[in-house]
Amino acid sequence: MYETIGIWVGALFTLAIYSFLYKENPIYRLAEHLVVGISAGYGMAITYQITVKPRLIDPLLSGDHWILLIPGILGILYITRFIPRISWLSRYPIGFYMGTSMGVYFPLTMKANVLRQLEGAMVPLYQSGMAWYEVTGNIIMILGTLAALIYFFFSKPHKGLFFGTGSKIGIWVIMVGFGATFGFTVMGRISLLIGRIQYLLGDWLHVIE
Amino acid sequence: MKRTVPLMIVMVGGILMILQYFIPHQISQTVFAYYTDWTPIIVAFALVLGVGSLTRIHSHKIRRKAKNWQYSYAVLIPLFGMPVLAHIWPVSLSGGMESPSIFHFTFMHVQVSIQATMFSLLAFYIASAAFRAFRAKSALATVLLLSAVVVMLGQVPIGELLGRWLPETGLWILRYPNLAAKRAIMLGVGFGMLATNLKIIFGVERNWLGGTGK
Repeated sequence: MYETIGIWVGALFTLAIYSFLYKENPIYRLAEHLVVGISAGYGMAITYQITVKPRLIDPLLSGDHWILLIPGILGILYITRFIPRISWLSRYPIGFYMGTSMGVYFPLTMKANVLRQLEGAMVPLYQSGMAWYEVTGNIIMILGTLAALIYFFFSKPHKGLFFGTGSKIGIWVIMVGFGATFGFTVMGRISLLIGRIQYLLGDWLHVIE
Repeated sequence: MKRTVPLMIVMVGGILMILQYFIPHQISQTVFAYYTDWTPIIVAFALVLGVGSLTRIHSHKIRRKAKNWQYSYAVLIPLFGMPVLAHIWPVSLSGGMESPSIFHFTFMHVQVSIQATMFSLLAFYIASAAFRAFRAKSALATVLLLSAVVVMLGQVPIGELLGRWLPETGLWILRYPNLAAKRAIMLGVGFGMLATNLKIIFGVERNWLGGTGK
């Protein structure tokens, strides 16, 4: 019973969203507003359940961990944003979060976005047993990365053999990359569409198995 | 107090966290443990700010009877209904957040359905965008078109029927030229993030202060 009602509700909301393909209408608008409210409400409920209660309220009520009053007070200072006279106090928790997060993410970004990428680009062009398409691929990958980097380097005019030719090759590599990404995204969205159609025709109407 | 102290908090916090990464000492690990304990608590309160702002906008709309004000109830009722159903008044078969419950039902059958459909809706728009973008007007546009077509056909059974070379070429494009472009973009993003991090830590970038209280 629970599942059947759920499938009917899900199917009706699915149709409500698809009705937008014809034109914007009140049913679509209702579903759109509902999802905003439910997402935010769900976020609040989950945040309380997995963060505020076990990390702040329970330890404070147990009588220990009084030091947790510091993040608690800092958190409450966020709410001063609604009181114009003292709204500047909200800068304290924002500052704490910004500063510490920037500090934590600095070495992590350096590692993941820079060092690991450089390491990944340093591959042998040829090794015994490598197929020709792998060798070509490695050459294209290394030169392509350099060329695309040159294309994004705006401190020098894109003229001459190095910057001019490099940026021209770079845009070709980027276009191939964008095409592949586009194709990949399209396939992802299509598989989502197939999933919804399977839900409507299979779970709801039982037309397909 | 209004600007200098927050900027100092950012600078001290940022430098401390960078240093603790490079110093594997018990003290630095304790500092990091405090960070991982405190940050989620502080961030959780930021949600109150978002919810408060959403409530203010929609209640204002209802009070003023602005255009489409009726839909604001569709935002406000579940916004406060969901936490109430989860914690304060868990009317359900089992109660609270577990399945089966009204909270769980609303999430699984309303939110998941609507969100999945909204994402799938993009398939239609992306197809119409492709129709406009994929006109082989220039050599570069042709390369974009060919690359996308090969990758798309390489992932569906019809691609394999057309020839084994198609999925293999699609995979090759994803593995080599696509990776080269992605890697260059990732490096650019990485350097940008590092520069922004440093600018914020050292107070060069101050937009986050906003205009409150000057």
